[in-house]
Amino acid sequence: MMLAALSSFATPNFDYVKLAPVLIVFAGAIVSVLVEAFVARTQRRSVQIVVTFLTIAIAFGAVLNNYTAKREGIEAMGAFALDGTATMLQGIILVVGVLGALLFAERRVDPAGDAFAPRASALPGSSDEQQFTEAGWLQTEVWPLFLFALGGMLLFPAATDLLTMFVALEVLSLPLYLMAGMARRRRLLSQEAALKYFILGAFSSAFFLYGAALVYGYAGSTNFGGIATALSKMTNNEGMFLLGALFVAIGLLFKVGVAPFHQWSPDVYQGAPTPLTGFMAAATKIAAFGALMRVMYVAFGGARWDWQPIVWVLAIVSMAVGTIVGVAQSDIKRMLAFSSVAHAGFLLLAVAAASKDGLSGSLFYLATYGVTTVGAFAVVSLVRDATGEASHLGAWAGLGRKSPFMAGVFALFLLAFAGIPLTSGFIGKFAVFSAAAASGATPLVIIAVIASAVAGFFYVRVIVLMFFTEATEATASVVVPSGYTRVVVGVTAALTLVLGILPQPLLDLAANASTFLR
Amino acid sequence: MAWLTLLIVLPLVGAAIAWFAGDGLARQVGFVVALVTLGVSIAMALAYAPNSTAFLQFTEHVDWIKAFGASYSVGVDGIALVLILMSTALVPVTMLAGWHEMEGGSGSIRGYVALTLILESMMVGVFAATDVFLFYVFFEAILIPMYFLIGRYGGAKRQYASIKFLLYSLLGGLIMLAALIGLWVQAKQQLGHGTFDWATLSQLHLDPTTEKWLWVGFFIAFAVKAPLVPVHTWLPDAAAEATPGSATLMVGVLDKIGTFGMFRYLLVLFPAASLWATPVVIILSIVSIFYGALLAIGQSDIKRLIAYTSVSHFGFITLGIFAFTSQSQSGAALYMVNHGFSTAALFLVAGFLISRRGSRFIEDFGGVNKVAPLLTGAFLLAGLSSLALPGMSSFVSEFLVLVGTFTRYPSEAVIATFGIVLAALYILLMYQRSMTGMPGETVRERVTEMNRREIVAIAPVLAIIIALGFVPQVLLNVINPTIDKTMHVVAVADPKPALEGTNS
Repeated sequence: MMLAALSSFATPNFDYVKLAPVLIVFAGAIVSVLVEAFVARTQRRSVQIVVTFLTIAIAFGAVLNNYTAKREGIEAMGAFALDGTATMLQGIILVVGVLGALLFAERRVDPAGDAFAPRASALPGSSDEQQFTEAGWLQTEVWPLFLFALGGMLLFPAATDLLTMFVALEVLSLPLYLMAGMARRRRLLSQEAALKYFILGAFSSAFFLYGAALVYGYAGSTNFGGIATALSKMTNNEGMFLLGALFVAIGLLFKVGVAPFHQWSPDVYQGAPTPLTGFMAAATKIAAFGALMRVMYVAFGGARWDWQPIVWVLAIVSMAVGTIVGVAQSDIKRMLAFSSVAHAGFLLLAVAAASKDGLSGSLFYLATYGVTTVGAFAVVSLVRDATGEASHLGAWAGLGRKSPFMAGVFALFLLAFAGIPLTSGFIGKFAVFSAAAASGATPLVIIAVIASAVAGFFYVRVIVLMFFTEATEATASVVVPSGYTRVVVGVTAALTLVLGILPQPLLDLAANASTFLR
Repeated sequence: MAWLTLLIVLPLVGAAIAWFAGDGLARQVGFVVALVTLGVSIAMALAYAPNSTAFLQFTEHVDWIKAFGASYSVGVDGIALVLILMSTALVPVTMLAGWHEMEGGSGSIRGYVALTLILESMMVGVFAATDVFLFYVFFEAILIPMYFLIGRYGGAKRQYASIKFLLYSLLGGLIMLAALIGLWVQAKQQLGHGTFDWATLSQLHLDPTTEKWLWVGFFIAFAVKAPLVPVHTWLPDAAAEATPGSATLMVGVLDKIGTFGMFRYLLVLFPAASLWATPVVIILSIVSIFYGALLAIGQSDIKRLIAYTSVSHFGFITLGIFAFTSQSQSGAALYMVNHGFSTAALFLVAGFLISRRGSRFIEDFGGVNKVAPLLTGAFLLAGLSSLALPGMSSFVSEFLVLVGTFTRYPSEAVIATFGIVLAALYILLMYQRSMTGMPGETVRERVTEMNRREIVAIAPVLAIIIALGFVPQVLLNVINPTIDKTMHVVAVADPKPALEGTNS
């Protein structure tokens, strides 16, 4: 009897090559933990940097390998799908990951070391903290945390099962909660941010889980394919399904930072160490948006007519909140947080479009937005005064006179956020807006262009501050960074410009990749 | 020969050279590049065949963003050609006239020269683009150099003025973007693939309601640019705060993008909607003519006054375009060129005056004719050109607009004619208050005669104004065939005179 039961148990089919990018990053994370345990403290930092970059490089190689071999398929009993979209998003996340890791490695900007507290456990302002700082201790636990978060992000947009998706969500979130509280400067703000992020994040995870349970109750499966099949057959119990779908979506929208689920983002953006903010703002949004689209297109695609109006409303609310509240911000990191809320609204246009063009447009948008965001935060991390980063806008006045180059690069990023032609931001906006218009969402497009104009105001205001105002004593100065940050700023600025002028290759890539398996 | 690409690239290369030449040599380099560009555009104009049957000449086409169906396509018709000629002529003039105007700004000299040359490149691009996407890219991107020119080198309220300028234009442009996307979707539905090719788009059969909405989207952008009342409020601020050279390029060239867009895009892409909207546009034009003129009379700031005269003049131009007669449209197209030169003359001479006296206010002058007769003469000539005195180029165009309008809309034309009276008022009042009378002490001390550089800069502009007043045919021969083709697309014929003349 027992034997018979065992023999009918189908072993899950794992194609390790398709899973390789995720597995490699997790393996790297484990190695990184071991490094923490066994390598001498003085050498840990350099070893961790090598391990991290090596891991990302190998994982990127695996992604490229999957891409060139055009590997596709649903693996691990329907838990994980490798398709065009997943491969492309993994590639983008790894590129953003490299840029983020470069910012993590920077240690010339802050005279006391890198951007992270030497000992997160030491009380802020205590003598312990001072001792660690004076001894030149560096926090190296951020590296394994970073790699775990990255692994979760790679898995997130490829998950085709609500449970796998939940696991990925938690794996990517927990390290981020921790790292958000590790800023070297203004630690209370940072710890407050971490706590808020954690509590609200846990709350949204609970929503997701509850929604998953309801959807399971309706469909009898947590698998996306199973949910879609159930949707096409069943007609009763729609209420339970809709509530469940809504809750699942709320959990994801929280991560994407769509209003009204954005409440965490200004505080976290402001409080978290800037390299983390840049990485998180870009990569989390990419991964979570990928996951959101997969759920909406694949699992809930059959109920499109039910959720599309909600997406319309959320897109409008997000664009309105992001742009209008963004205008009132006086802190550059908070302003960028509201800008990201507005951009989440623009991206929702692609979901509202629910078409192949919408999908490929949003892939392009995510790639360019991610790159520009990391670049912008890299510049933010360089603008400092005696107390640390000068994120208050008043300190940016006259920066263009003091450091025309960095201010110019930042202006380029702002123009890209504003969607001015000849920057990548314009092409992304155009791709998403045109897809939405082609699907008949014309009113949404009109609202989006008006929101873009309002958003233009607060981006342009920073340019006015930097270039059209005389420098005073309160003006912050731009620190000369090491090669790490220089590479990030150079690469992101170049990509922002090049993808604005010659976007065709990436657009092609996105168009070819815009498939979902089910 | 790739004339247009050369005209777009040449100033860009010049901008790079000027930047690397440093503050010491930038102006010299910039001036030479601008002259060479002017030479190239004159050579191109000489190669233009006005009576060719093709709508566009010197066309080039390279695929750009295939995913959207956007291409790098350029070409010119008669109107675009004369506008490019005017733009490339104004750039060296403003550079020479404003040799020292950037020195007090918060930016470097080389930055100013480089920005001006980048602006020139985009000015050519925006008039030359025949792909609507490319046009939009230039239309929006051109704001950036202008924004920096105002914001870094302008007067005391430059921050406010530059932000207002950018936001108005950005909003207009983004509304146009929505319409552009709408048009693209139409093309995609009808042709199976998205395209932005202007000629292809003009063949689409648009549903009347859609066509009207798209028309409105484009019109708002062009009305902000032109500017028409009530979306004109950015212009006086921006023109008053910009340096005279930048103000000349902004009012003289950038604003023409609006009226040029009306010719090239509104009339040709949405002919039925253009006819539908005619009454509204004509009313807006007449309001602009009077509102601009009345506000000009009330100004105490010379540069704001000139800006308001332009609002009035743009009213005449849009009136001519939407009166839909070949005379009025020829007049409007010619007016675009003439207004460019006469505004340039006014702004630049006003710039000479302001930089000497150190004030923009009319009340601070008076009696300039006693101390600087040449400068006064130039100012008078520029002013007379602005009020369209017969013998000046602007007279011809204003006359054509009014005569052409009269054949279709007699009462509107009669009303608009009173705008000329007001024009005489604002110009002559300003002249009287600033130039005549007894010079005060400061004026006597500070206002000196024009120096050689200033004479060399302003003389060609005044010469062109007078020459075109006597031989407007040079330009009309190029403009008229294009107007005929445009009228043909809109399918409007000139009204028949009630009484036919006879030869017996």
